[in-house]
Amino acid sequence: MSHRHSFRVGPVRFRIASDWAGPIADLKRLYADYPALGGQAATATARIEAARPWRRWIRPAVHISGDYTIPDALPLPLSQGLLATEMAMNLQVALGWRQHLLLHASAVERDGRAIIMVGASGSGKSTLAAMLGEGDWRLLGDEFAMLNPVDGQLSPFPRLISLKNESIETMARRVPPARLGPVITGTPKGTIRHLVPRADAIARMDECAMPALLLFPTFGGEAGLRAVPPSEAFMRLTDSSTNYVALGEPGFAALTKLVRDVPAVAIGYASGEQGVAAVEALWAELAP
Amino acid sequence: MRAMRNLVVALRDPTSVVALNGEEWSALIAVARAEVLLGTLAHRVAGQLLPPEVEALLNAARIAADHAQVQALWEAEMCASALAPLGVRFVLLKGTAYAAAGLPNADGRQIGDLDILVPRERLDEVEAALRGAGWEWVKDDLYDQGYYRTHMHELPPLIHGTRDRMIDVHHTILPLTARVRPDAAAMVADAIPASEPPFVSSEVETPIGSAPTSAPLDCARGKRDSRQYTLSPTDMVCHCAAHMMADGDLAGGLRNLWDMHCLLSEFDDGGDDFWPVVQARASHHGLWSAMHCAARLAHELYGTAIPDSWRIRGNSDFLFLRCLMARDDWGRETRPLTRLAFYIRSHMLRMPPLMLIRHLWTKWRAR
Repeated sequence: MSHRHSFRVGPVRFRIASDWAGPIADLKRLYADYPALGGQAATATARIEAARPWRRWIRPAVHISGDYTIPDALPLPLSQGLLATEMAMNLQVALGWRQHLLLHASAVERDGRAIIMVGASGSGKSTLAAMLGEGDWRLLGDEFAMLNPVDGQLSPFPRLISLKNESIETMARRVPPARLGPVITGTPKGTIRHLVPRADAIARMDECAMPALLLFPTFGGEAGLRAVPPSEAFMRLTDSSTNYVALGEPGFAALTKLVRDVPAVAIGYASGEQGVAAVEALWAELAP
Repeated sequence: MRAMRNLVVALRDPTSVVALNGEEWSALIAVARAEVLLGTLAHRVAGQLLPPEVEALLNAARIAADHAQVQALWEAEMCASALAPLGVRFVLLKGTAYAAAGLPNADGRQIGDLDILVPRERLDEVEAALRGAGWEWVKDDLYDQGYYRTHMHELPPLIHGTRDRMIDVHHTILPLTARVRPDAAAMVADAIPASEPPFVSSEVETPIGSAPTSAPLDCARGKRDSRQYTLSPTDMVCHCAAHMMADGDLAGGLRNLWDMHCLLSEFDDGGDDFWPVVQARASHHGLWSAMHCAARLAHELYGTAIPDSWRIRGNSDFLFLRCLMARDDWGRETRPLTRLAFYIRSHMLRMPPLMLIRHLWTKWRAR
């Protein structure tokens, strides 16, 4: 595999190889400001390779692979090569990472305190995090919130934010084009465009933050707030974790501590601006 | 292939890893994951001076492997409870057995399904008891069900409805269609009680405030006896050799060979009897050539101390070694023709040609 790139995002050191030049060129542009490995070992290997040898050239089909792979996963067309690469990186973290409890969530920080936003695909957690991350907040991550079971802190994992459909236009108006990836159409989730986090999110990727609020956003729902009891928060978080079972007791302890210590709120909102305003209002109420 | 060699050398001599640079570590981690040996490697090199990012990764891998082992032993305990009313002797096999017996290859070893061996004449009762205790069929397909029951060495796999763990109930160690027919009855008869399972050991300390979670422990404690067995040392080595050499296409071969190396090294007490007894037992099971070859390969790769008389190399050893080491520094399988040859070999060992054709035809039509 002649096309390669490696870089670090938070605690994860990626090593990526591809059968094609295109996705790696995108990766090199979008991850340009991320630290290089500097002679250290890669802790995750991701590969995107031709689904069959001839599919490198004829109707190129990208198979997502690496240390861990999903054998039956359908290959993607080469036009979605960057998406495939991001999915391959996610897969390695989801299945291989054991140093933190992984929550499928976005997270932002202010004054050393963090909001964890958990929701299904389409709940708007990415857009909300992206909008907050362009304002007075530092983006900690979009795909995974990494909870350290030892000290209860969140490790930033500021990967590219994957914007979908309407939110692409919303964010494209706010950021310079250099921070946007190619428009990827026809994916199972519609149109996708990647956004590079703001410079502070990348520069401060080693600064951890203490969770202060658990948020369960629902986009398009009725505007309003509902306090979520710890038991419900616990169940929703175990559902959204990819390694809760594998971590065993330390994972259980970290999660029970989180839902006991941190208030949890479900919010509905009809527009991005409304969502941001709701978060700010909640935050003001919680201020210590 | 540098990384595969580094993996073998690291398992053989853990001090070797201090010389590796970042790039070599990247490749070593990737191939160790691909061979499902990361936990084993992590345990093996514990205490060596490692780069911090590697130390953090391997430390997490050790913790995860240790937890997986506890879960596997718990699953064995659940199985024991389900089978207790039958009074049947059931023998733990492979990963769970190594963990239950506290053998050195259990450290960091990944454990998949729970594998047990029971007397063939008790199979129906065992299946009914497990189904009554929450295990369900994975394969509902009539052909698959029939195939397993007529031709295989195990029941169709069962999965537990709430714990989501699989159990393979064996009545012998190789498919019934294979040419070699090991003496499973002797294996069961000569099995030995596993060392005390962790959940039923004399005084389980109950941490303060954990009263609700200790209930299952209390249940298990009441039924304490030696219901869990493992194969006798010689049979355990025979099964390991059979599993690696006579069943399957050598996938995961490095791990199986590591089992082989650890078991032989652990059981060899230095006396004159050990190796002849192993040879005699393997011959009794029809597994001498598998045993001999596996021991040679373990000697070749991991430096297992085997007697001089066992060291005569076979003509095809180099092919086995080629297949075992066929992975590049990105963790990808290489040497597709060698792998294909071993895939075909595995099926030829497993069933006669006409039957193979009928089987593949049925499978292909059902796609």
